Amino acid sequence: MSNKMHVKLNVNGEDHEFLAEPRELLIYALREKLNITGPHVGCETSHCGACTVTMNGKSVKSCTVFVAQANGAEVTTIEGLGGPDALHVLQENFKEHHGLQCGFCTPGMITRAAKLLEENPNPTEEEVRFGIAGNICRCTGYQNIVKSILSAASELNAAKEAAQ
Amino acid sequence: MIPAAFEYYRPTDMAGVIALLQEHGDDARVIAGGHSLIPMMKLRMADVPHLIDLQAIDGLSGITVSDGAVRIGAMTTQHDIIASAELAAAAPIMQEAALQIADPQVRYMGTVGGNVANGDPGNDMPGLMQCLDAQFHLTGPDGDRTVEARDFYEAAYMTDREDEEVLVAVTFAAPSGGYAYEKQKRKIGDYATAAAAVQITKDGGTVASASIAMTNLSDTPVWSEATADALVGTDCGDAAVKAAIAAMLGDIDPTEDNRGPVAFKRHAAGIVLGRAIARAWSRA
Repeated sequence: MSNKMHVKLNVNGEDHEFLAEPRELLIYALREKLNITGPHVGCETSHCGACTVTMNGKSVKSCTVFVAQANGAEVTTIEGLGGPDALHVLQENFKEHHGLQCGFCTPGMITRAAKLLEENPNPTEEEVRFGIAGNICRCTGYQNIVKSILSAASELNAAKEAAQ
Repeated sequence: MIPAAFEYYRPTDMAGVIALLQEHGDDARVIAGGHSLIPMMKLRMADVPHLIDLQAIDGLSGITVSDGAVRIGAMTTQHDIIASAELAAAAPIMQEAALQIADPQVRYMGTVGGNVANGDPGNDMPGLMQCLDAQFHLTGPDGDRTVEARDFYEAAYMTDREDEEVLVAVTFAAPSGGYAYEKQKRKIGDYATAAAAVQITKDGGTVASASIAMTNLSDTPVWSEATADALVGTDCGDAAVKAAIAAMLGDIDPTEDNRGPVAFKRHAAGIVLGRAIARAWSRA
């Protein structure tokens, strides 16, 4: 029963292959097998959203996906969006607008926000709040998180217009 | 939060799924989005030695609307429902309800088939399907069969589906008239304290027909004919709504849990139904 399986994952554009028990949760495969520690383990019960990653184009809570289900998937984590040398526009705006306090929820927040802006590039404040309703910030810094996402949206839209 | 070990299968056709279900019987379960099953497995409230993933089976997801008939494949997600302009036009109550289920991440994974087949009284789709008078399509070793949504639920987690059957689609006739799905919940992601699905048609100034189902107020969804009967033929005014709420309260059987005592749930049920009727009537 504890037979391990071969798992193939493409994470942030890079192919990985490893052995894992089917029951291993995707978040632990990312963090402990692949050392990709941006997505956090918050509640581990699919409530908090700290473990949010993008899997095959969907925002998912990686604590509620078995690694066996993810076999063959393309996954994007916060590391795939941007890093210290080249911040993603959302990361830039979270920094600018103080969109984080302790920072624990931030990787999940930004990964979710990136998908939200991809699907709805010009959201209202209400749509942003509805779109990040699956991510909890226990510092309760929502005001600045929403401000950061709205500001990132206008920056992205301005850049898009300038390019046209 | 580590579930018990299991064997994982990802068959590529339905015959493969059914063969596995026949081989392992009670020890096997199919998994769609997994957002009810995985939490149960993590809590070790569900023991699934053989887990059969449906993700590689073609033809299980998608929404079709033709000649007023709606078909939703079992693997269609809540997110797909919200994103479908065609479905929003044919049966807008589906979108209104799906937007009130869980949160964005869960809606990308949670499926219609899982929601209706799981048999959890807290799920929103079962009551909604009863309101819409839907049919559930099952396939199994003896072929295909159809069950009325209103006959499908027997008790909490107990349905008419046999262990070796898979629910592959739901169908219903596109409803006409006004609609509302009203849900009271403590927080985003919680199940309903009380929820009501209402469809009403209007003829002149009176209610021509109504269909009403309540969620999480009994160990199964409650489609209440008496509630609808209390509205039909009336002007849907205060007296009629009061009578409908009284009829509904006669049909539900809530139990106390951490969402509140029975008296509170009955109170909440009355409030959500009153709101749902008012909104459906205003749209009729």
